[in-house]
Amino acid sequence: MSQTVDAALAARFGLTAEEYGKVLNIMGRTPSLTELGIFSVMWSEHCSYKSSRIHLKTLPTKAPWVVHGPGENAGVVDIGDGLTAVFKMESHNHPSFIEPYQGAATGVGGILRDVFTMGARPVANLNALRFGDPKTPGTRRIVDGVVRGVGGYGNCVGVPTVGGEVNFHSAYDGNPLVNAMTVGIAPRDRIFLSAAAGIGNPVVYVGSKTGRDGIHGATMSSSEFDEHAAAKRPTVQVGDPFTEKLLIEACLELMATDAIVAIQDMGAAGLTSSAVEMAGKGGVGIELELDNVPQRETGMSAYEMMLSESQERMLMVLKPEQTDIARKIFEKWELDFAVIGHLTDTARITILHKGKLEADIPLAPLADEAPIYERPFVHTPGPVRLTTVPDPVGIEHALLTLLGCPDLASRAWIWNQYDSGVGGQTARRPGTADAAIVRVEGTRRGLAVTTDCTPRYVHADPSAGAAQAVAEAWRNITATGAKPLAITDNLNFGNPENPEVMGQFVDAIKGMGDACRALDFPVVSGNVSLYNETKHPNGRRISILPTPAIGAVGVIDDVTQAVGYAMPDDCDLVLIGEQRGDLGQSLWLREIAHREDGAPPVVDLVAERRNGDFVRSQITSGKVVACHDLADGGLLIALAEMSIVSGVGCKLVKPLYDSAALHAHFFGEDQACYVIATKSGIAMIEAAEKAHVPARRLGRSGGKNLDLWQQIIVPVTRLRAVNDAFFPTFMER
Amino acid sequence: MKAGIVLFPGTNRERDMAQALRLVSGREPVMLWHRDTALPSLDLVVLPGGFSFGDYLRSGAMGAHSPIMREVRAFAEAGGHVLGVCNGFQILTEAQLLPGALLRNASMRFLSQDCHLKVENNISPYTRGWSKGDVFRAPMAHGDGNYNAAPDVLDRLEGEGRVAFRYAEANGAVDAVDPALNPNGSMQAIAGILSENGRICGLMPHPENLVDPDLGATDGVPLFKGLVESLVA
Repeated sequence: MSQTVDAALAARFGLTAEEYGKVLNIMGRTPSLTELGIFSVMWSEHCSYKSSRIHLKTLPTKAPWVVHGPGENAGVVDIGDGLTAVFKMESHNHPSFIEPYQGAATGVGGILRDVFTMGARPVANLNALRFGDPKTPGTRRIVDGVVRGVGGYGNCVGVPTVGGEVNFHSAYDGNPLVNAMTVGIAPRDRIFLSAAAGIGNPVVYVGSKTGRDGIHGATMSSSEFDEHAAAKRPTVQVGDPFTEKLLIEACLELMATDAIVAIQDMGAAGLTSSAVEMAGKGGVGIELELDNVPQRETGMSAYEMMLSESQERMLMVLKPEQTDIARKIFEKWELDFAVIGHLTDTARITILHKGKLEADIPLAPLADEAPIYERPFVHTPGPVRLTTVPDPVGIEHALLTLLGCPDLASRAWIWNQYDSGVGGQTARRPGTADAAIVRVEGTRRGLAVTTDCTPRYVHADPSAGAAQAVAEAWRNITATGAKPLAITDNLNFGNPENPEVMGQFVDAIKGMGDACRALDFPVVSGNVSLYNETKHPNGRRISILPTPAIGAVGVIDDVTQAVGYAMPDDCDLVLIGEQRGDLGQSLWLREIAHREDGAPPVVDLVAERRNGDFVRSQITSGKVVACHDLADGGLLIALAEMSIVSGVGCKLVKPLYDSAALHAHFFGEDQACYVIATKSGIAMIEAAEKAHVPARRLGRSGGKNLDLWQQIIVPVTRLRAVNDAFFPTFMER
Repeated sequence: MKAGIVLFPGTNRERDMAQALRLVSGREPVMLWHRDTALPSLDLVVLPGGFSFGDYLRSGAMGAHSPIMREVRAFAEAGGHVLGVCNGFQILTEAQLLPGALLRNASMRFLSQDCHLKVENNISPYTRGWSKGDVFRAPMAHGDGNYNAAPDVLDRLEGEGRVAFRYAEANGAVDAVDPALNPNGSMQAIAGILSENGRICGLMPHPENLVDPDLGATDGVPLFKGLVESLVA
């Protein structure tokens, strides 16, 4: 390639004039094409976090159980018995719009590598998905491709997909969100990190061969979409879950030896970012000889090899005397294994190809002088609280409408395409508990895992909405009886150069931080995805709803103590928590009153913690038969979901509040509330009073109907039929 | 009962199978590598689920040609017991150790859900833990589980009582044309079959995933109990 390197080319690579000036300063000369490529991907939003970094630093990341917080490939928390949970969530939004199947599949592959690169065997996958309006042409195609892609990859690698969430909104029409989370388990004393060490130690490449796919993927992920988005298809990578499975087994086999000094997967920006980060973290230099890189195409240039995002590749620094042991393991698994360089004492990355020095960059300034922006922002105007909204349709009609709406309809059509049982440890499958539970192999312990975010709340009030996302994740873990430990965040926002979007980001971080501190629920890993906006031919820019998706992990000492929300006959039903009867930003308001306004529900973090700690203690002391938190759709939807999953009805007593406010109490999305099924409601309410936790009796489980004091009687079979209808009808028509 | 589990590249339910065998037989199974050219002394060889060689050709087609399959065939010909679950069943049909083929699910989608299996034969080691007509729950997780065979093959299987398990409703009703009851569209709702000597069994669903009371159900236990009772001398 004989392209002239100048400011114009730098601009095409996504570097501003000022950033290119910095490059010239650091290099003291015009960079080569390969060098410019390296700077541009390392300084892309995706790799450098240049717009978000100063804000992310305010999040709490520590707790006694946190082993490694942000900064490693994934977060690590202690779960007892000398074991840790290793987890992270990451977005693959842009690729999934361009090519849904491969975009989603490689999103799963990438996050798996982040986890097993640390020495953890992946034990659970989750995914948080946001799609456009079901009525928009194209939404179906994207849903179909993404679901097939997530399943195609996860099923083949043999990691159970146990949870996640799905929302639909027109704001995602041109920019769906695919956030994939992996949780793994590793011995606490066998965590592998990425900091390279040992001058002269070999740098080893393993996995798939390098091709020309995904070149500049990280740069693409750092810009908005326009009408030419489809032309970016060549920047999307292609996944090979079979090779990933072999890579998992080979890496874990190698990790049982002591051959590895450092290891890092080749994710965004491929060989460039793994080499630069490993050497940079270790404070050493690195020299690569690209002739030795396994290649699946001929005639690749240094630039192409350094920027390729071919999947299923890892970079390692090995102890020289153990290289042969490692080679034999990778040969057994029929994976490429190549020594492609060594560590140096130059503190520079030097790249040789065909006898020519293609790049020679000092590592410290490449990292330290990466741009950081304190972008201007404006706060989202405070939402106007709703005044009373009359009920135009009645309780029964609203109940059935909500149960059948895209955001509440049964997700079974999706789960049933994901293998949720492989591994043989899945104790609570999707759709049976507020968090999925996976037993830790060889112990009685269980990990509770969930992902949560309610983007419409965040849009209305970024701080309260983001706090709600953290609180809901904490509550979902709590509702199974597990102790919430820590979160990973996947912050999906629009264009940070738009002060309103930047304001959403800044306030959301504040809300998240508040909730994390109040709930002792630190952030241990995360990912930021900006520029999620679509530029229409008429020049209008549509931003996604701000979506800080929260992935959470908790632990329960004995999986047999965990509860789901299926309830048997003849239990007392008790509501824990205080109802406010607020309909602002509720699904009822959107689906029934056709309005999307008002303030989101109040998040009282003190009540959240007090109520949750009470519920958890009741579950682990065996007093709770079933538990379900109040979330989208409110109290009556929570009860209906308990009936649907168990096939058991419930008989509710007439509540004391004003009948004109009945719909607000049944469908208001009150926070910090749980419905509990228990053998003794009286004992539960007494215990709650002692703990200063609001509690009231709702009625009893039993029969075949959802029965509201004999005024409204709906058969559970009807609830289920309505709830089941949306996805098959939408997708298989 | 000494059991060996064959690992192909891409196998992913070997840990599930090992857990079930360990739990029910009290004995640790040995792991066998697909390139092995000899088997240790064993009572049972298991081909577990997964995506051998990525199933990038027909499911199981590559696995059927792995070196170890020569040994598995010899073991079977000498009267040995071989169980293939899911991808293992696919490999057994590709290796022609069992008749028929497993095509893409009728829905053209991967299906991961609980199904109910009706026990159609209770005289094999794999089925003797149940009574004929018993129904048990088992999870299925496959894209290619749609059992097909030529009419004469089906007639023989049925005539010789070699259909081990059929997809059914919880109450035992069988209806091959109802996708709710026969989710992958298998001919005659066949979920599992036996070899002529009753010693090779292939089935698509995963009884090995329902053996542990701590995980909520033990529906799959009779399969492993029956094997232990038959194979422990």
